[in-house]
Amino acid sequence: MARKISYKQAINEALDLEMRRDPTVIVLGEDIVGGAGAPGEIDAWGGVLGVTKGLHAKHGNRLMDTPLSESAYIGAAIGAAACGMRPVAELMFLDFMGVCFDQILNQAAKFKYMFGGKAKTPVVIRAMVGAGFRAAAQHSQMLTPMFTHVPGLKVVCPSNAYDAKGLLIQSIRDDDPVIFCEHKALYGAECDVPEESYAIPFAEANIVREGKDVTIVSYGLTVHRALDAAEKLAKSGVQAEVIDLRTLSPIDWDTVVESVENTGRLVVVDEANPRCSIASDVASYVAQNAFGALKAAPQMVTAPHTPVPFSPVLEDLYIPSADAIAAAVNKTTARALAA
Amino acid sequence: MTNNPFPLSRDQLLAAYRTMRTIRDFEERLHVEFAKGDIPGFVHLYAGEEACAAGIMMHLTDIDRIASTHRGHGHCIAKGVDVHEMMGEIYGKSTGACRGKGGSMHIADLSKGMMGANGILGAGAPLICGAGLAAKFRGDGGVGITFFGDGASNQGTVLESMNLAAIWNLPVIFVVENNGYAESTSVEYATAVDSYVDRAAGFGLPGVTVDGTDFFAVYEAAGEIVRRAREGGGPALLECKTVRFFGHFEGDAQTYKAKGENDFNRANRDCLKIFASRVTAAGVVSEAEIALVDREVASLIDAAVESAKGAPLPTPRELLTDVYVAY
Ligand SMILES: Cc1ncc(C[n+]2csc(CCOP(=O)(O)OP(=O)(O)O)c2C)c(N)n1
Ligand SMILES: [Mg+2]
Repeated sequence: MARKISYKQAINEALDLEMRRDPTVIVLGEDIVGGAGAPGEIDAWGGVLGVTKGLHAKHGNRLMDTPLSESAYIGAAIGAAACGMRPVAELMFLDFMGVCFDQILNQAAKFKYMFGGKAKTPVVIRAMVGAGFRAAAQHSQMLTPMFTHVPGLKVVCPSNAYDAKGLLIQSIRDDDPVIFCEHKALYGAECDVPEESYAIPFAEANIVREGKDVTIVSYGLTVHRALDAAEKLAKSGVQAEVIDLRTLSPIDWDTVVESVENTGRLVVVDEANPRCSIASDVASYVAQNAFGALKAAPQMVTAPHTPVPFSPVLEDLYIPSADAIAAAVNKTTARALAA
Repeated sequence: MTNNPFPLSRDQLLAAYRTMRTIRDFEERLHVEFAKGDIPGFVHLYAGEEACAAGIMMHLTDIDRIASTHRGHGHCIAKGVDVHEMMGEIYGKSTGACRGKGGSMHIADLSKGMMGANGILGAGAPLICGAGLAAKFRGDGGVGITFFGDGASNQGTVLESMNLAAIWNLPVIFVVENNGYAESTSVEYATAVDSYVDRAAGFGLPGVTVDGTDFFAVYEAAGEIVRRAREGGGPALLECKTVRFFGHFEGDAQTYKAKGENDFNRANRDCLKIFASRVTAAGVVSEAEIALVDREVASLIDAAVESAKGAPLPTPRELLTDVYVAY
């Protein structure tokens, strides 16, 4: 039975279901329970934004609060994964990767290959990504390209509650290290989600809107901006197809290429900074592999090449808007219209 | 003329009180304004901890550097950052200390030796080793002080920096503001040693623990440590045991605290009350003088909030400035 729940509840539910199913799943992170050693309530926080709230009552000490030592506890999750557990470690904000990146980059990502295929490292690192929270330069970045660049890591970034649940379940069952990126601006977003357990396979992009004139590719929060843009464009007679990548590594190239072969036009929307981004990656792949189908140069709509500003007026300009996406689409169609 | 039992003159005592009162009113006012919904983002208030910032910073001048934390307003005020510019920054206005681009968690004023509040726990410790190194090369007698909480004390960066400062004999001071909590987690849970002095000893650093609600205890301990560092005696650690009156950030329901804990702390561990009653009981400062500072600070904070509210927003072109290249 499906009912409407939020992205945040969907993540909570996925953790609950997998902890019930598999005793090797443990969950650790800063204040994920909250109140450890304090005189008041236990489960006082359930994570900084309450995502893991209530899980402690169900699973007790399989949820572990950690000291503020990301290198140590992210590394410990990775080490435990290499020793038969399936830890889900919360890094709170993905920006904090700076503190613990060696354990991810040179340890977790490398074991399987470097040890000649002998190791498996089924760890999930959950973290918040993205701007819009007025949280400024060190708590708002979209660092997905940093991880997507690294062989050995899988990178997931759901745009809605249904995907969040199915992709987190898949991430926990996956035998490779997964960076699970939760867009903080989507936590409250609701949609229909089945009560039962289900897994969404990686590298299966979702066509969230069909259209014949242009392909808009995105992931995370900006999928919704792309849909808003598509709505606007429809009024002027342009039918945009919107693709939600859902997983960035592995990535579903086939769906992207097939769509571009039908539409002949590509706009990639990425909340990350433009250089070496998901946007530039998709644009270059399509240019190499579907060049013949292109009727116009692919366009990228990204954040600017700046840190995330604090002031709301600037931050709102920072995040790719529906208007900017529509303008990019119009660029791809302009030549056709002029001709 | 009563004789003065304190290590500071009457004017210095009033200055110390003014600093602490400014921090307190600044934070109490933000608490109110935040609840109205006018202030964007995360705001971590320093109320309750004023004696730590004031007692330490009175030993410093602009050549001395500090590296602060996410809970940085008190450090900024005590280091002399302009209150109007701070308020402007917190409101995201172009008149802010960072022209609205940083916000509460990133207020900085390098001209005052304030190297920034910081959103990354423990990040100030390596940076302040750099400040200490620069001071040593320049030979200007400057010192560097990094603040961090009981929670951040467990960051590898902090521990590595203690060792670095020790082997290079840097003029650097590590100040642990131990308010008992890291977000909702207690220091007893998260930190294995009972005393940060023991931890410092493990790195070859002398350490002192003081009651951080007692301005004079902080002032005297910091004076000794700063003097020693200035004279080439090397790094040290100072633990200030303190209390946080508000939640971790604004909006925190604080259910992890004991019932009545905040009321108890406000009644018994309020560093401003403790300070005022000691200096007035000794007859060195009068109640009227304290009341005058209170009034002056209240109008300063009013003016800062008014001007921040009325200040212009950053213009759109600010989005693309201060970065070495835009694409
Ligand atoms: C590297 C890093 N990890 C986690 C956080 C999230 N965080 C911000 S403040 C905080 C608690 C800090 O506690 P403490 O160091 O005791 O300082 P206090 O808030 O008590 O002043 C946490 C976990 C962060 N900002 N940076
Ligand atoms: Mg603390």
